[in-house]
Amino acid sequence: MSATMNIIVNGEPRAFHAGGSVAALLTSLGIDRRKVAVERNLEIVPKSAFDTTALTDGDKLEIVHFIGGG
Amino acid sequence: MSISDAQALRYARHLNLSDVGPSGQEKLLKARVLVVGAGGLGSPVILYLAAAGVGTIGVVDDDEVDLSNLQRQVIHTTARVGTPKADSAKVAVGALNPDVNLRVHRERLKFDNIATLIADYDIVADGSDNFDTRFLVNDACFFARKTLVSAAVLRFDGQLSTYKPHAGGPCYRCVFGEAPPDDVWTCSQVGILGAVAGVMGTLQATEVLKEILVLGESMAGRLLIHDALSATSRLVKINRDPGCALCGDAPTIRDLSIHAASNGGVCSV
Repeated sequence: MSATMNIIVNGEPRAFHAGGSVAALLTSLGIDRRKVAVERNLEIVPKSAFDTTALTDGDKLEIVHFIGGG
Repeated sequence: MSISDAQALRYARHLNLSDVGPSGQEKLLKARVLVVGAGGLGSPVILYLAAAGVGTIGVVDDDEVDLSNLQRQVIHTTARVGTPKADSAKVAVGALNPDVNLRVHRERLKFDNIATLIADYDIVADGSDNFDTRFLVNDACFFARKTLVSAAVLRFDGQLSTYKPHAGGPCYRCVFGEAPPDDVWTCSQVGILGAVAGVMGTLQATEVLKEILVLGESMAGRLLIHDALSATSRLVKINRDPGCALCGDAPTIRDLSIHAASNGGVCSV
């Protein structure tokens, strides 16, 4: 059994497998990565780094939805 | 350029500000700003830039004023329903400040007209209503090395940043990648609280004025996310993405031809 860590997603505590990537988190949340930006500890994770950015225990994440209205 | 007696009175509160003063006001009077969209965001942007004495304001919009626009698009009036939005904006600005030369561009931005259009301006303020236009404007500003102040609204939410990769920092694509698979987030049925467009458009106008005046901290490298329901805003850091298809280390977008297939999208809030 793999280790878990605790992260906060949109203000809610959540357990996630240790070392999981941003991309894996989006998949587990059922979110289409093309429709969101991901904010990790008050910094936007570059789109090209979703697969390679490993989350760490205590990370605070916000899923930022694209809005395009004017 | 010198400031006339009437201008000394009109801009007295700017001239009083030690960080603006006569030299700052002259910068504003000489500035040229292109506003994309005369809608919910464009309305306050155009009005505040005009009131501030920004000398040349271009307005790009190919749409006409609709009764359903007036809940938030405060530059237009009931009497002007049915008239082109860019023309309506010109009437409003003409009544507000005769110092301003408002240039009407009644066209939809496309891959083959945008470069010529933005070449005449120093700064672009994007308040358009669809992602196709937003990515087109970003890419064109990147190639033309123009500062882009970009805002977006939906429902009770707003986002704002300034992109000037020519001076370092990210572009819009570094944050958002590419247009999402459908435009559900911009369509009219989702709605918007009108005053939220006023909040974000006024912040956008403020950032345009700061860029012209080179005042304070630029929004470049920072994204403001506003949530009207919780009455909170937060600033998040955004970095240039080395993997960005436009401004990254190995760019795949070399010109605007990827936008040739787009019709610009038609849905609006």
